[in-house]
Amino acid sequence: MKPELFTKDTTAIVYGYHVNAIQRMLDFDYACGRKTPSVAAIVNPGSEGVHKVFFGKGEVLLPIYKNFGAAAKGHPKADVVVNFASFRSAFDSSMEALNHPNIRTVAVIAEGVPERRARILAATARKLDKMVIGPATVGGIKAGCFKIANTAGTYENIVESKLHRPGSVGFVSKSGGLSNECYNIIARNTDGLYEGIAIGGDAYPGSTLLDHILRYEAIPAVKMIVALGEIGGTEELRIVEALKAKKITKPLVIWVTGTCSKMFPAGVQFGHAGAKAGSDLETADAKNAALKAAGAIVPDSFDDYGVKVNETYEKLVKKGVIKPAEDIPAPALPLDFAQAMKEGKIRKATTFINTISNEKKEELEYLNIPISKVLEKELGIGGVIGLLWFKRELPDYGRRFLETALILCADHGPAVSGAHNAIVAARAGKDIISSLVSGLLTIGPRFGGAIDGAAQEFKRAYDAKLTPEQFISDMKRKGVPIPGIGHRVKSVTNPDMRVTQMKAFCKKNFKSTQLLDYALEVEKLTTAKKGNLILNVDGCIGISFVDMLHSTGSFSKDEIDDIVNMGCLNALFVVARSIGLFGHIFDQKRLKQPLYRTPYDEIAYMTEL
Amino acid sequence: MAQRGIREYEGKKILFTGLARHLPSFKGKAGKLAPVRPDTDPKKLVKDNPWLLKEKLVAKPDQLFGKRGKHGLLCLNKDFKETWAWIAERMGKTVTVGKTTGGLHTFLIEPFTPHSENAEECYVAIKAFRDHDTIYLSDKGGIYVEENWEKVKETEVPILSRIEDVKLNMPEFGKRKGQIEEFVRALYKVYAEGHFTYLEINPFTFKGDEIVPLDLVARVDDTAAFECAKIWGDLEFPSSFGQHHTKEEEFIRSIDEKTGASLKLTMLNPDGRVWNMVAGGGASVIYADTVCDLGFSKDLANYGEYSGDPSEEDTYQYARTILDLMTRKKDPKGKVLIIGGGIANFTDVAKTFKGIIRALKEYQKKLVEGNVKIYVRRGGPNYKEGLANMRKLGETLGVPIEVYGPETHMTAVVSMALNPAPAKAPGRPVRAGGKK
Repeated sequence: MKPELFTKDTTAIVYGYHVNAIQRMLDFDYACGRKTPSVAAIVNPGSEGVHKVFFGKGEVLLPIYKNFGAAAKGHPKADVVVNFASFRSAFDSSMEALNHPNIRTVAVIAEGVPERRARILAATARKLDKMVIGPATVGGIKAGCFKIANTAGTYENIVESKLHRPGSVGFVSKSGGLSNECYNIIARNTDGLYEGIAIGGDAYPGSTLLDHILRYEAIPAVKMIVALGEIGGTEELRIVEALKAKKITKPLVIWVTGTCSKMFPAGVQFGHAGAKAGSDLETADAKNAALKAAGAIVPDSFDDYGVKVNETYEKLVKKGVIKPAEDIPAPALPLDFAQAMKEGKIRKATTFINTISNEKKEELEYLNIPISKVLEKELGIGGVIGLLWFKRELPDYGRRFLETALILCADHGPAVSGAHNAIVAARAGKDIISSLVSGLLTIGPRFGGAIDGAAQEFKRAYDAKLTPEQFISDMKRKGVPIPGIGHRVKSVTNPDMRVTQMKAFCKKNFKSTQLLDYALEVEKLTTAKKGNLILNVDGCIGISFVDMLHSTGSFSKDEIDDIVNMGCLNALFVVARSIGLFGHIFDQKRLKQPLYRTPYDEIAYMTEL
Repeated sequence: MAQRGIREYEGKKILFTGLARHLPSFKGKAGKLAPVRPDTDPKKLVKDNPWLLKEKLVAKPDQLFGKRGKHGLLCLNKDFKETWAWIAERMGKTVTVGKTTGGLHTFLIEPFTPHSENAEECYVAIKAFRDHDTIYLSDKGGIYVEENWEKVKETEVPILSRIEDVKLNMPEFGKRKGQIEEFVRALYKVYAEGHFTYLEINPFTFKGDEIVPLDLVARVDDTAAFECAKIWGDLEFPSSFGQHHTKEEEFIRSIDEKTGASLKLTMLNPDGRVWNMVAGGGASVIYADTVCDLGFSKDLANYGEYSGDPSEEDTYQYARTILDLMTRKKDPKGKVLIIGGGIANFTDVAKTFKGIIRALKEYQKKLVEGNVKIYVRRGGPNYKEGLANMRKLGETLGVPIEVYGPETHMTAVVSMALNPAPAKAPGRPVRAGGKK
């Protein structure tokens, strides 16, 4: 294959939705002054769409494909695959990419690809005259042209190590972490990197140190080669053979790490899977000695590595082989929002405020009380409503009052407008939420609104110090019935047991029942006129609710006004009645009731009107 | 994650099951394998393996070392009672094999197969290479194979080839040639599908018309576990003979197994003065190298690395373990901790350092008492924040912390730590060489 893998126009398909790596590739593109992003498309198995990413100061969209085939078809010029697939799927996805005619180079990032699979990958690439970098690698970089995935880390580091423009040095190592270190060493000791590849630390990398050294030998712009070998395997001995056979003629600075192994007990497995000396030939000392004997430039220890690189470079400059590459300043990359925030360089006004709950804590909290404590203290639904609606931990009687109200309001039979509508919607085959809201949407001034209305009107009258008589005549003058007064069947002589019980509960538990007492005075007057003009259950709930808030002593007058005016009582009714509406909806579904039509005899056709 | 030796017991189980699938004529001794560990109850063993009372037996340690015959660790042609007594006498004893000394704790009992050494012991092995697997075959097996190595016939099976398409290089097996060839082809299939990297049967022999594998050595590629769950079963990867893992090594290994990142710890000398806490599989080796290259290998306490962007918590646990180990004993000359690393590609330096700083604060008192000096060198994402936090810690920790970034050669801190050269001003960073 051609020795050059990448140019300034090379584009890649990234397999796996790795947004940080993709952003870093495009940031590098910006540093290099590339015209087009180096990522042509993303393959994200199982989903498709677009991914928005920064390209310099602006943003671009990268298409996301469900599978590799579609991505390759849509982007025939992309000849590199950066494969982030996990160790489980890396082999199959890499083979698919290798076998595609568009693709020349596959970089396999995953660690833990089985050796046999890696060997098949390597042999397949050789058969097809293609290149595999990895597995278990960070990738590689061609200065000023193309960068694989997370290679060379941050933008700052890329610029520091002069990777945004080509120098004269070809580099190859096993380790990805060290390759970045070596780019730094090369930048400080030469005119910079031309290309660097990390082949990965596995026993059987898809391409070898020698493969890349021979490529650098064939690329005229590479004037010297720097490499880092490692204990284990015989790869460096193949480099020795190539040196002896004069297949490598450019100066080669190389160091094999792992010289400490002779001090260790046998069989220590170093950080890389391939880093274990199987025989004396595979030790670092043996390989360093053989390389030196074959003509490579080998330092005495890693401490001198940079020194040897520098000496070699200076010699080539002196000979005129290298004309030092010019330093080109890289454009400043706009600071990332998150990074700038973290560094305290910018601030941002928020758009929302939340004061009731927090899911970002170690445990979900309602009003700063961890959910486990809410359960432990048995706050119940009433307590939770207190925390989330009124931002108070209500006393026991307050919680029980709210729960009683929920129980009392949960349902009122199928005939009322809410239940009727929910039933009709359920029978029309609608889902439960549509059915629920078609019932809820009838709640208002005429249906279910009495609780809220009673609380508001009675409170207004009481606060304005109207006598019960003044209140009644005031309402009469306005021509509106008093909310919370009156019942269809119940009367003074046939009292509503729900109201009787609730009154008793409030009298027994509340510190003050001033509004209820006031309402009962009003009731005395109205029932004197007509027996069924009693304080009904809606009125009783709404009015007692205000007394309950007063009794706790923890709400100011303004807060109570706010709570009533915001419509909290309506909300209480909605929550309660949702239980009943669901009951009716499930009832209809369980009974498999067909579509409802209003019978003709229910409708008077009077079209002539 | 790499090539790992497995017990003969497990190797044979995989082998026999695999051969039975690929070679219908193979009967072997499938099922007739009885492992013995310190807690094995002989009554239950016999109940599970009734053949133990019916046949003459072989017993041997099953702890990843060979040449058991030479070391008198082979019990041949005995009944169960004698075999059990032989094992009981050796269980828990310390023996030296070659240069390695270790305790005996795992044995294997199998049926004894009578055979004559000269004619009837053959050798087969398969070994993985980059481009091919090599099959080694010899009609001179057993202890004679090494002195007769020139008689071993080798066949390379290219990695992209099917074994059916490869012509086998066969020694003179006479009338058994066809049978052995069939056996070897099936063996290769078991080897390949079980992700073996080395498989040696030395020797295999014959019982009538049947091929009987006697001793087996096997290594598998443990990264293939996800593909081999069914073939391997619940496969154990024992430590090599004589190798003990300390509690702390086991602890770090347990964290390592739970995360996608990498955390490694090997103790070399618990009394050592020089402790490394280095990021990166490659860099960690170089730091250890440099300590040795400077002549301090006897002082080097540990080898280890953390990499792959571990969480703050995991880094904390890792750092804590090392700090605990290094402050257990005092050294009159004090101790040195090197928090080293290259320029990370994507590991968040500030985040991982947070974990380390937490641990350093926790061990503040012990670090002061132990007269520990700390040297830091690191680069990568958020390194400035990480290094600044380390410097800030140095103001209050009570032990000296010297902190360097990418402007300082990666291993320069090692020589600063071990050998503050009088020629250089103390603490002044050694430049990475050449021009800036």
